[in-house]
Amino acid sequence: MATTTMTGASTRTTPRRRITKPLAVVGVLALWFVAWTLLRGQDMLELPRATLTELHHWLNDVNDSVGASRNSNPLFLYFFNEIRAVMDALVTFVQGLIAQPAYGRPVPVLGWLGVVALVSYVSWVFANWRVALLAAGGFILFGLQGLWQESMDTLALTLVAVFVSLLFGIPLGILAGVSDRFHRLITPVLDLMQTMPTFVYLAPLTLVFLIGPASATIATLIYAMPPAIRITAHGIRSVPAPPVEATDSFGATRRQRLTKALLPLSKRTIVLGVNQTIMAALAMVTVAALIDAPGLGKTVIKALQTTDVGTAFNAGVAIVVMAIVLDRVTTAASVRAEQGGGEVDPRIRRLLLAGFGLVAAVCSYLSYTYLWASEFPEGGQLGEYLSQGATTVTTWAQHHLADLTSAVKDGVTIALLNPLEALLAESPWWLMGAVIVLLAALVGNLRAAAVAAVCVGLLVGSGLWNASMVTLAMTLVATLLVVTLGVVVGVWMGRSNRADRVIRPVLDAGQTMPAFVYLIPVVALFSVSRFSAIVAGVVYAAPVAIKIVADGVRAIPESTVEAATAAGSNTWQTITKVQLPMARQSLLLATNQGLIYVLSMVVIGGLVGAGALGYEVVAGFSQGQLYGKGLAAGAAIVVLGIMLDRIARAAGQRSDRASTAAQS
Amino acid sequence: MSADTAVEPRGQVNEAQTPVISVRNLWKVFGPNAERVPGSAELAGLSRRELRERARCTAAVREVSFDVAPGEVFVVMGLSGSGKSTLVRCLTRLIEPTAGEVVFEGEDILRADKRRLRELRRRKFSMVFQHFGLLPYRTVVDNVGYGLEIRGAGRAERIRRANEVIDLVGLDGYENAYPDQLSGGMQQRVGLARALAGDPDVLFFDEPFSALDPLIRRDMQNEVIRLHRQVGKTMVFITHDLSEALKLGDRILLMRDGNVVQAGTGDELVGAPADDYVRDFVQDVPRADVLTLRWIMRPSRDSDQLDGPELGPGMIVRDAVRTVLAADRPVRVVENGELLGVVGHEEVLDIVAGNQAGA
Amino acid sequence: MRSVVNKRVLAGVSLSTVAALTLTACGGSKIESTDVAEADGCGTFNIAINPWVGYEANAAVLAHVAETELGCKVVKKDLKEEIAWQGFGTGQVDAIVENWGHDDLKQKYIEDQKTAVSAGSTGVEGIIGWYVPPWMAEEYPDITDWNNLNEYAHLFETTESGGKGQLLDGDPSFVTNDEALVKNLELDYQVVYAGSEPALIQAFRQAEEKKEPVLGYFYDPQWFLSEVELVKVNLPEYQEGCDADPEQVACDYPVYDLDKIVSKSFADANGPAYQLVDNFNWTNADQNLVARYIAQDNMSPEEAAEKWVEANQDKVEAWLPQS
Ligand SMILES: Nc1ncnc2c1ncn2[C@@H]1O[C@H](COP(=O)(O)OP(=O)(O)OP(=O)(O)O)[C@@H](O)[C@H]1O
Ligand SMILES: [Mg+2]
Repeated sequence: MATTTMTGASTRTTPRRRITKPLAVVGVLALWFVAWTLLRGQDMLELPRATLTELHHWLNDVNDSVGASRNSNPLFLYFFNEIRAVMDALVTFVQGLIAQPAYGRPVPVLGWLGVVALVSYVSWVFANWRVALLAAGGFILFGLQGLWQESMDTLALTLVAVFVSLLFGIPLGILAGVSDRFHRLITPVLDLMQTMPTFVYLAPLTLVFLIGPASATIATLIYAMPPAIRITAHGIRSVPAPPVEATDSFGATRRQRLTKALLPLSKRTIVLGVNQTIMAALAMVTVAALIDAPGLGKTVIKALQTTDVGTAFNAGVAIVVMAIVLDRVTTAASVRAEQGGGEVDPRIRRLLLAGFGLVAAVCSYLSYTYLWASEFPEGGQLGEYLSQGATTVTTWAQHHLADLTSAVKDGVTIALLNPLEALLAESPWWLMGAVIVLLAALVGNLRAAAVAAVCVGLLVGSGLWNASMVTLAMTLVATLLVVTLGVVVGVWMGRSNRADRVIRPVLDAGQTMPAFVYLIPVVALFSVSRFSAIVAGVVYAAPVAIKIVADGVRAIPESTVEAATAAGSNTWQTITKVQLPMARQSLLLATNQGLIYVLSMVVIGGLVGAGALGYEVVAGFSQGQLYGKGLAAGAAIVVLGIMLDRIARAAGQRSDRASTAAQS
Repeated sequence: MSADTAVEPRGQVNEAQTPVISVRNLWKVFGPNAERVPGSAELAGLSRRELRERARCTAAVREVSFDVAPGEVFVVMGLSGSGKSTLVRCLTRLIEPTAGEVVFEGEDILRADKRRLRELRRRKFSMVFQHFGLLPYRTVVDNVGYGLEIRGAGRAERIRRANEVIDLVGLDGYENAYPDQLSGGMQQRVGLARALAGDPDVLFFDEPFSALDPLIRRDMQNEVIRLHRQVGKTMVFITHDLSEALKLGDRILLMRDGNVVQAGTGDELVGAPADDYVRDFVQDVPRADVLTLRWIMRPSRDSDQLDGPELGPGMIVRDAVRTVLAADRPVRVVENGELLGVVGHEEVLDIVAGNQAGA
Repeated sequence: MRSVVNKRVLAGVSLSTVAALTLTACGGSKIESTDVAEADGCGTFNIAINPWVGYEANAAVLAHVAETELGCKVVKKDLKEEIAWQGFGTGQVDAIVENWGHDDLKQKYIEDQKTAVSAGSTGVEGIIGWYVPPWMAEEYPDITDWNNLNEYAHLFETTESGGKGQLLDGDPSFVTNDEALVKNLELDYQVVYAGSEPALIQAFRQAEEKKEPVLGYFYDPQWFLSEVELVKVNLPEYQEGCDADPEQVACDYPVYDLDKIVSKSFADANGPAYQLVDNFNWTNADQNLVARYIAQDNMSPEEAAEKWVEANQDKVEAWLPQS
C-alpha cells in the first residue's frame, strides 16, 4: 500500500462514457439517499458491547487452546523458544553495551561519552559532518533531559528490531523485487502487518514469546519490517531497464545480475527503506511498553497514569529527536550512497577517518573506564523546563482555547460527522453494501468492485458491521481534513523554501511524537469525543500528506510554471490551473497514504472517545473474554483499509487514463 | 565523400559462404497464450491489430527469416514499433522467441540451455544499446571491463583490455570519469568499447545513435565504419534511419508491423522497392548517392556510339556523374569484359534531378 | 584545502590524545566491577505492575519491603492485567498485588489451567459506580439518587450522545454493565466510551474546573479522588446475585474485595516473598496516601514506598514471614 502502482495500457474511454460516469455516481448517491430516508434504522446490524458472536467465541477458544498447549507443543518447545532465546540474547547484548549494567559492571560497557563519540563518528563516515553534529547534539540532549538511560534502552531495542527487520526484510524485498509471483503473494501479508492494530497481537505475542525483550522486539518488527520489504522491492523494480539488459547481454548469471546491477542501482532506495524501517520501529516504542519493553515508552505510559502531560512530553521529545537524528543520518547516508564521497581526496579522507576514529576510540575508552564519562552528569534541568513548559502551555490552552476548540468540534461534528455517520451506519447493511460496491465499480473498475464486495462480506461476517460504518464515517472525515491540510500547507511549502524549512521539523514531530503524549491535551481541547479521535488521526496523518503534496509541487518543472507566469497567470491561477493539476499523482498518493495513516490511528481514537472499532480493539486487549471480538475488530480495520485502498487506487488509475487519453 | 568510405565487403557478400546467423520463421508474440498464435493458421493470418483485438496479443515479430553472412553489416530497419528491437533481442534470447529457429554457427540457439546461452553471450555476442545501459556508479574503465568481469576475468586483464579498447574508440584520458560526466556521444563510445572488449564474433546494435544529435551521430557512424574495417566483425545493426542504414549496411532488412517487407542491398531497396510502403520509405533518399549504374543503365541502342568511357556497374551514380557528363557519348557499363548497357546524360540527369526512375 | 584538512586532523588527534592523557593522569573515579551479591533465601521476586497508580502503590511498598527486609531481588514488570495473568503459566510473573474481580480470569487461570492461586485480600475495598463532579452534587443535591437522573439528562447532552444524556465510561479494562443498566433502569442516557483512564480523568477534572456537567463511571480507590472529590450516584442497592445475568442487571456494582493473585509454583515454594505477599494487608487510606505521594507529589514509587514504610513500621512488621 505504500506505493501506488500504475499499470495498464490506455484503453480509451469514449467521450460519451466519460460524461455518463459522474451522472451515474450522482444517481447512485441520490437513490441511496432516498432509500435511506425510507429504510433508516433497519438492519443496522448493531452489536451491543458485551455481546459476542459465534466467531468471537471461536477466536477466544483458539486463543485459549494455543495458550494451553504452550508447554507441550513442539512448535513452542523447539521453534518459538529458540527464536525467543536468540532475540533476548541480542537485545540484552546491545543493552549491556549502551544501556544497562552488564558484565559485572555497575554501568553499561559504553557510557555517554563513548556513545556520543561513536554515533557522531559513524554519522560522519556514512553521511556528512553536518548530520554528525546533529547526532551529537541530539544524543547530548537525551542526557540533558535526564533521559539518558531510557533513551539508550529505546535505542537498543530499536536497533535490534531494525537489524532483524533488515536481516529478513531486505532479502525478502529482493525476492519480491525479482519475482512477480512472490510480490503478489506477499503484498496482502504486508498490508495485514501494517494495518492490523498492534493491540491485537500484543497479548498472543507474550504468550508465544513470553514477557520480555523478545516479544517487544517482535511486536516492533512486525510493524517495522514491511517498509523494508516494500521499499527494497520497489527499488529493485524501478531499476532502469537498460543497464540490466546490458548486464544480461554479457551473459550474467542471476547472481551477477543481482550483485552487479540490481543491488548497486537500487542502493539509494534500499537505504530509504532502512530509514522508513527505523521510523516505523520508533513508532512502536510506546505500544511495546505495554508489554514491559524498557525505555522511553515506559516513561510516557507511567506519566499518563498520573495525567502528567509534562513528563510524557519530555519523553516524547526524546523520541522525536531520536527519530529526527536517525532519519537525517540515514537520509544523508542514502544521498552519499548515490553521489559518492564528494570532492575530498581519498588519501586525506583516509587520514581523517583514522584521526577521528582514534578520537572516538579514546572517548569510548574513557567512557568505559571513568564514571564521569559513563553516567551522564546529573543536574541537567532541561527535562524539567520542558515538562513545566508543556504543562503550562497545555493548561493555558485548555483555559483560553477550549471555547474556541469546542466550537470547532461541535461545528464539524454536527455539520459533517453526524450526518455522514447517520447515512453510513443507519442504512440497512445490504443497502450500504450495495452502494459501496456500485461506487467501487463506477469510480474504479470491476476488479475494485469485486474486492469491495468481498470486503463488505467480511465486515458483515466479523459481526461488527455497524461499528465498522461508524469508524468509516470518522475515517472519511479525518481523511478529508488531512487532504485539505495536505493541499493547503503542501502547496505553500512547495512554493516557498522558507515555509518548507520551518514547517518540516514540525511535521516530523507530528509524525513521530507518540500519540499517548497528546492524548490528554487533545481531550482537554476537544473533550471525550469522536472529534478528538479525528484530531489524533489528523495530527499523525497530515504530515505525510503535506510532505507528499509539497514534493509533488516542487517536482513540477520550472519551465511549466514559467510558461504560466509568462501567460499572465496570477498566483491563484498558477496554483489551480498549473501546479495542482500537474501534481495530481501526488494528490492521489497523499489521499491514499493519508487514509492508511488515519486508519492506523483508529485504535488511538478508541482511547479518547471514538468508540466503534477502535474501542473494541482496546477492549479486546484489556479483557480476555473480549479478545476474539477485539481480534475481529482489528481484522475489520484491515479490511476497511484494503477496501478503501483498492478503490482509491482503481479510481486513480482510471482518472489517470482519462487524462492521458484527453491529452493525446 | 561519405559513402565511399564504406568497407570492403559492401555489396560483395559471398552468398555461398555459410551464414553466421541464420534465422528461420521467427515469431515473437506478446500476451496471454502467445504460443498458440504462430501455430494457428487462423490467428497467424490476422493483422497485428486484429490479433490484438481477438486474442489480446501483440505479434512483434512474425515469421521472419534471413541470413547474416560473416563479416557483413546487416541492417534491420523499420518505423517505430515495427519490431526491430524485439527481433534483435530474440537473436540472443534477451527476449525469448515464441517460435522459429535462430542458428548460430550451425547451432540452434533456441535449444541452448541456460549455461550454453550464457557462454555464447559471454564469448560470441555483444550488444550496444540505444540508451547506452552504462552503470552510473562505475568509471569508464570499469564499465568497459564489465563484460570481462562477468565472464570472470581477473582485474589486471580487465584493465589492460579495457584500456586497449578505450584507445580504439578514442576515449583515452577519460578512463576514470563516470558516465554522467560524459556527453551522450562519449557515453555511447563507452558502450561500443564495452561491446568490443570481449572480442565477440557478432556485434548487435539496437539504434545505438538515435539518442545523439546529428553531428555526433555522423561521427559515430564513421567510427563504426572505421571499426568495422579495423576489426572486421559481423554486425547486426538496428536503425529507423534510412540514410544510416544505407550508409552502414551491406544488406538491409525492412520491417513493418513485425513482417519482413523487403531484404536486399541498399540500391535494391531504392532501385526496386517491393511495394508502395518501401517506395514511400525510400522516397526522399538522394538516389544518386545510393543507386549504382546498374540501376540506371539502358540497353545500348543502335544509334549509340559505343566507344565512350567504361565504368563498372557497381559504381555509385554520383561518382559517375562527372565522367558521364564530360563524355560526349554514352558511358559503357562493363562487367568482366561484358557490356551490360550504357548510361547517357539523360539517365544521369534524371536521377540527379530527382525524377522518379522506373524500376 | 589539503593543508587545512591535514592540520585539522593533526589538531584533532593530538588534542584528543592530550585530553586522554590528562584525564588518565588526573583521574576521576574509576569504574570498579561489582560482585554480584547473590541474595540468599529469597531469590528473585517477579512482581507484575498493572497500569494504575493504586496498584503501583501496593507493588512499590511490597517491593521495598522485599528488598530491604528480605533481601530479595525484585523485578518489576509493567504489564496489562491479562498479560500478567498469562505470565503465571510461563513462570515469568510471581504475583499480582491488586486484582479487581476478573472472574473470567480466575476461572481460566485458577480453575482451568491451575497456574494461579489467590493469596487473599489486600484489605482494600474497590467501589465502582457512577460519579458526578462535586459542584454538581452541591448545585443539584438530589442528583445523587438515580431516580432523578432522567430529570437532569438534558444537562449531560453532548455531540456524542445522540440527543440523550451522556454517561461516560472509562478504561475498557474494567467490567461494566452500564449499557444494560441504562436500559434496565429506563434511563434516558447513552453510554459513550472514553476508552482510557486518562481521558476519563481529564473529563472530570475539566468538568469541575469549568463547572460543566459530567456523569461518568469511576472507581475508588483512585488517586484522582484526592484531587477532585467526585460524588457517587446511588444506583439501586446491590443484592447478592442481582448481577448474575449481565443482560438483566438493574442494581449497583458490588463492593470489590481487591485481592492478590500469585502463581501456583510461587505459592507452592512458600518462600519468604510469597509469605510477604500472603500477609500483605492494608487499608484504602494507606494506599491512597502512597498513591498521592506518587501522583501528586511527583515522587518515584520507590521514594513513596520508603516514606510510607518508615512511618508505618508496625504494619510492615506484621507482614514479615514468621521464622
Ligand atoms: N514486453 C512487451 N510486451 C508487450 N508488447 C511489447 C513488448 N515489447 C514490445 N512490444 C510491442 O511489440 C511491438 C514492437 O516493439 P519493438 O520495441 O520491437 O519496436 P521497435 O521497432 O524497436 O520500435 P522503436 O523504433 O520505437 O524502438 C510494439 O508494438 C510493442 O508495443
Ligand atoms: Mg526499438
